Amino acid sequence: MLEGPPIETESRQSPYTLPNKPLVVIEPRKAWAPLNLRDLWTYRELFYFLIWRDVKVRYKQTILGVLWVVIQPLMATLIFTIFLGVLARIPSGDVPYPLLVFTGLLPWTFFSAAVTGSGNSLVSNAHLITKVYFPRMIIPGAAIGGRLLDFAVSLTILAALMVYYGVAPTKNILLLPVMVALITIFSWGFGMWASAANVKYRDIGVVLPVFIQLWMFVSPVAYPVSLIPPDWRWLYFLNPIAGIVEGFRSSILGTPFNWGPLIYAAIVAVILFFHSAYAFKKMERSFADII
Amino acid sequence: MTNPIIRVEDLNKSYALNRITVSNPTLRDSLVETFRAPLKTLRNAYSSPGETFWALKNINLEVMPGEVVGIIGRNGAGKSTLLKILSRITEPTSGRVELYGRVGSLLEVGTGFHPELSGRENIFLNGVILGMNRREIREKFDEIVAFAELEKFIDTPVKRYSSGMYVRLAFAVAAHLSPEILIVDEVLAVGDLAFQNKCLGKMQDVSLAGRTVLFVSHNLPAVSRLCSRAVLLESGHLISEGPTQDVVTNYLEGAFAAGPSREWDLEHAPGTKELKLVSVNVTKEDGTRLTDVSVHDKVQVKLKYRVAIPNLKFRCALIFFTQGTCAFASVEPQETLRKEPGIYSSTVTVPGDLLAEGEYMIGISIFASRGVKQHFVRLENVIAFHVSDPMTGRSARGDYAERIAGVVSPRLTWESTYEGSRSVTEIQDHDALPDAALGRVL
Repeated sequence: MLEGPPIETESRQSPYTLPNKPLVVIEPRKAWAPLNLRDLWTYRELFYFLIWRDVKVRYKQTILGVLWVVIQPLMATLIFTIFLGVLARIPSGDVPYPLLVFTGLLPWTFFSAAVTGSGNSLVSNAHLITKVYFPRMIIPGAAIGGRLLDFAVSLTILAALMVYYGVAPTKNILLLPVMVALITIFSWGFGMWASAANVKYRDIGVVLPVFIQLWMFVSPVAYPVSLIPPDWRWLYFLNPIAGIVEGFRSSILGTPFNWGPLIYAAIVAVILFFHSAYAFKKMERSFADII
Repeated sequence: MTNPIIRVEDLNKSYALNRITVSNPTLRDSLVETFRAPLKTLRNAYSSPGETFWALKNINLEVMPGEVVGIIGRNGAGKSTLLKILSRITEPTSGRVELYGRVGSLLEVGTGFHPELSGRENIFLNGVILGMNRREIREKFDEIVAFAELEKFIDTPVKRYSSGMYVRLAFAVAAHLSPEILIVDEVLAVGDLAFQNKCLGKMQDVSLAGRTVLFVSHNLPAVSRLCSRAVLLESGHLISEGPTQDVVTNYLEGAFAAGPSREWDLEHAPGTKELKLVSVNVTKEDGTRLTDVSVHDKVQVKLKYRVAIPNLKFRCALIFFTQGTCAFASVEPQETLRKEPGIYSSTVTVPGDLLAEGEYMIGISIFASRGVKQHFVRLENVIAFHVSDPMTGRSARGDYAERIAGVVSPRLTWESTYEGSRSVTEIQDHDALPDAALGRVL
């Protein structure tokens, strides 16, 4: 039924030779489409650039710039030290209290910033989603990536604090990368799910910060796990962040690892990640229409 | 026989209307609804309730490599939805699209520009978002900056740019995309006229370099000039497709409920009891019905009307509208007396090489003006026709390929002569003038 007019002149002839198979086929997607890893790989530069943009923009027109990354946890450490360490006399065992808090605050700050950041990332990048194609998963992923850089900067401050307090790392430090990977996977999974849900229900974006603030008090950030009565620890460790923060602390301070909660947290993180990835893929189809 | 570079088969896209109206239900609403009527919620989850709105229905289309296809239609006809599906922003409800090349889509200029970042940084960011890689951008960087004419401000944050500078930078990046298929949505409706023309020129380069372009625009002269073929969408259906001129004429007939001819029966005819219109026709000089007028053609407008009473004295007038304004009007030089009742006609001829490219709409007025002006007929946009330039080099534009401003485009005589070498400065001044003037109006 279609009879396109012949191509007018020689100059109109495309120099491009057509592939035999279509490069892209657009069809309604099935609910359980596999993750398109090749597509993600093609768009890796966009991933870097979004991270680069987030980091760059966050400290534009500030005087202290990237210093803010370390000032935030340092201030929090100071406040916790004064109120909880000095006034409330929370026991911190052999470790100086400021170091205990800082080793808790580092993974926690990363987690909370990463989850809130990526949770809002799709909505705040709506203008991209409605105008250009790219694998949407890049957006919450890049939000996590930016925070990971902050995390790395804060680690150098931790090193300085350890020198100051004369705490030498033990062989436990070898597991630090594993801890970082764990908390990244957990934050990523959680953030990815929150970002997609936030597209449909903006409530998520409002609730998330409150929820995360409360979550901090049931995690061993400002106090050691030893404060929890042993009979209740099984309940306490149902919170996977508790296991991860504890593990992070052990790898830095050389205290023995508590393997049970750590393995449990790892399983939860991986399951959450894959569940979120699939949920994301499923919701992704309608992003441009409802965002 | 070449194969198409884009193949669209039975494409449909629907939106559930209730989901659009309540686009952001709150979590609470959903929860409350779930608990109040669990069964209903469950049912709703499986069958989409409410009305369905078909943004696109049964679209079939093939585009050959190197073709430049214009997509036209009224607002809400589904043009943007089609582009969004082709650029993979939204999914079709059913159907299939095969793309045999990389797609670059420009649904807006400056996608992803960040106000806090400098021009330089935004070129990279925007370029990557549009699908270029870092090496490509670095290679074309100087060209992009030069095209945008922003060399001095390239390290200034974009938030300090004027809106014109912003658009220039954004388009400059977009113009340097090099995918095999380029999808462009109305981005030319930005910037001042001079820059718009630069963009149109760039678009022409793109198409001549053998790239395939899909171009949505309301700028019909631009579509006529750039596109070899056009597609007309109306309420989600593809209703016409073919050579651009035919489709544009088709569109005008549909869009303004007015084609180049119109007739009324006695009952519905506009007019008063003394005088009623019978028909209006625009034809070429030889009387053939016109679908495609070239700028060279003489155009005749013939009014037929029925006079019901004897001794009626009046005159006719036509008003030609184009580009949203009155191009000119023409009035019958004197009022004529029609002694007998009956059907009369008046014909006016518009000379060739006068009308500009684009669509013209004609308003009609028939009136008597003895003492108080008495209108028998007063109608706007009765008929419409489209004028195009076959680009033979014999029109007012000569071999100048870009847009020429103006609601008419008469062919005038130009003469340039050598005036001797003594008054060099004087000659230079004169030479500079037309160019500068053109720059201002084009």
